[in-house]
Amino acid sequence: MGATISLDYITHRFSRGAAPTLEKIENRIEPGEMVALIGRSGCGKSTLLHMLAGLLIPSEGCVRVNGHQVSRPSAKWNMMFQKASLYPWMSVRENAALGLLFSGMAKAEAFSRVDELLEMLGLHDKRDVNVQSLSGGQQQRVALARSLATDPEILLLDEPFSALDAFTRTALQEEVPAICRDLDITMVIVTHDIDEAIAMADRVMIMSQNPGRIVGELDVELPWPRRHMDAGFQSLRDQLMTQFKETDDGLAGRKAITETTDDDAENAA
Amino acid sequence: MSTQTTQALSGTSGAQVNLAPVISWLAALRYPAIGITTLLALWWLGGYVVANDPDMWAFANFAPAPTFSALYDLVASGDIWPTIVSSLYRVLIGLFWGVVIGVPVGVLIGYVGTAMKIANVPFQFLRMISPLAWMPIAVLAFATWDAAIIFLLVMATVWPIMFSTAHGVRRIDPNWFKVAKNLGASGPQMLRRIILPAIMTDVMAGIRLAVGVAWVVLVPAEYLGVTSGLGYAINDARDTLAYDTLAAIVLVIGLIGYGLDTICGLLIKRFNWHVE
Ligand SMILES: Nc1ncnc2c1ncn2[C@@H]1O[C@H](COP(=O)(O)OP(=O)(O)OP(=O)(O)O)[C@@H](O)[C@H]1O
Ligand SMILES: [Mg+2]
Repeated sequence: MGATISLDYITHRFSRGAAPTLEKIENRIEPGEMVALIGRSGCGKSTLLHMLAGLLIPSEGCVRVNGHQVSRPSAKWNMMFQKASLYPWMSVRENAALGLLFSGMAKAEAFSRVDELLEMLGLHDKRDVNVQSLSGGQQQRVALARSLATDPEILLLDEPFSALDAFTRTALQEEVPAICRDLDITMVIVTHDIDEAIAMADRVMIMSQNPGRIVGELDVELPWPRRHMDAGFQSLRDQLMTQFKETDDGLAGRKAITETTDDDAENAA
Repeated sequence: MSTQTTQALSGTSGAQVNLAPVISWLAALRYPAIGITTLLALWWLGGYVVANDPDMWAFANFAPAPTFSALYDLVASGDIWPTIVSSLYRVLIGLFWGVVIGVPVGVLIGYVGTAMKIANVPFQFLRMISPLAWMPIAVLAFATWDAAIIFLLVMATVWPIMFSTAHGVRRIDPNWFKVAKNLGASGPQMLRRIILPAIMTDVMAGIRLAVGVAWVVLVPAEYLGVTSGLGYAINDARDTLAYDTLAAIVLVIGLIGYGLDTICGLLIKRFNWHVE
C-alpha cells in the first residue's frame, strides 16, 4: 500500500528572478520506506515537504507518486505539522474523522473507523471531549489519528514533535514508525533533531542551504525498536553529525551561490 | 446580608445540601438587585421633586407609581402587544437583511486582501454616518414607511455585522486552511465545516452589537409616518399628554432591549468554542 515517491529534478523559486530556494533535487523514496530530512533552518525542508503534499507546485520539475504527477493535495498523502491545528469547535472524534467526512463518508461509519484508531493511540476515553482540554501530546495524537484515518499511502511529518515534552516525544518517535511499518506507509519526516532522524528513519537525507539541495545521505540499518542508549545508535548519530558538519560549514552554501551566479552570467552571455 | 451567609453555611453543613445552588443563585442576584433598587429610588426621588415643583407638577405622572399603573393597564388591556410586535418585526427584518448582506461581504473582505483594501475606506466612511441621516433618502426611495424604516435599520445593522465577520475571517488560523486542504476539502466543505464555524463567534458578536444599535435607532425611526410601533406609541402618548403611558413605554423599550441583548449573549455562549 505504501507508495513510491520520486522527486524529478525539482527547482523552486518563490518569485521570478529570485535565487532558487530549492535546486535540482532528484531522489526516489521506495514504498514503505521511512526517510528523514535534516538541514539548517530555512534551507527549504518545509518547502519540499509541501510539494510532496501537493500544497505547493515546484516551478521546475515535479513530484511523482507511483508515477503520477502530484498537482493538488490529496488525503492519500497526508501531512502533519508542528502544531496539531485541531478544530476547537469539533470533538476529538469529529476532528479525527474529518478527512473521511470530506470524502463523503457517512458520519456513523467514519466514527466507527476513527474509534479504532483512537483506541490504538490511547485516546478512546477522550473521544467526546473538547480538543482544547487535551495536552499538547494528546492533541498531536489526535492529529495523527486524523492523518491515518484516510488510509494514507504517504505520511509527511513537518517537525511534528518539536513542541512536545521529552517523554511524549520519545514515545511518539517510537510509535509512529511502528504504525507506518504496520500499515506499510511511506513516511517522510522533517526534523532539526539528529537523534529523531536516527530513531525514526531508514535513511537520512541532508539538505544544504542557499540553494536547498540534497547533499548527503546516510542509511540507518538499526533494528526496531531503537533505543538511544544502544551503541549502534550512538555511533550512527556521531557519523551523521560529522557528515552534517562537513556538508554544512556555511562554505558549501556560499560556494553554491557563486556557482549559480556564474551559470547565470554564462546563460546571459 | 450576614444572616444570609449564616443560612448558607448552615444549609451546606446541614442535611439539605440541595439548597446550596439556590442560595448561590440568590447571592449572585444581590448586586443587580442593589442596582435596580437604586435606579428605582432615583426615579422615585425625581418624581417627588417634579411633583413638588410648581413649574413642573404637570409632569408628575412620570413618577414610578403612575408609570407602573399605566404599564399594568397596557398589558392587561393587551394594547401593548401589537405595538411590540410591529417594532420587533421591523428590527428582525432589518437584522435579517443586515446578516444577509453583512456576513457574505464580511467574509469576502476578510478573505480577499484586495477586497479589504478597496472596501475599507468607503465602508468606514459609510459606517460613521448615523443611520438616521439616511431618513430623507429612505423616504424618497421607498414606497412605504415600513420599508423606509427597515432600510434605516439595515443601515444600522450591516456595519457591525460586516466588520465583525471580516475580523473573524482574518483571525482564522492559516493552518486550519492548510490542514483542511490537505484532507481533501472542497470549496463548499471548507466554507461549511471550517470558515463558518470558525467565524460564528465573531458573527454573533457583530449581531449583538447590531441589535443594540438597531434597537436604539428604531424608536426615532418610528417617529416617521408609521402608525404602529413603540416609537409611534411614544409620540402618540406625548401628543395626548399621557405621560404615565409614555413612561411605561420607555420602560417597555428598556426591558425588551435588555431581553434582546440577553438572548444574543446566550447565543454567543452557545456558539462560542473558545475555552474560558
Ligand atoms: N511563501 C514564501 N514566499 C517566499 N519565500 C518563502 C516562502 N516560504 C518560505 N520561503 C523561504 O524559503 C526558504 C525555505 O523555507 P522553509 O520554510 O522551507 O525552510 P525550513 O527548512 O522548513 O526551515 P525551518 O527548519 O526553520 O522550518 C526560507 O528562506 C524562506 O524564507
Ligand atoms: Mg520548516
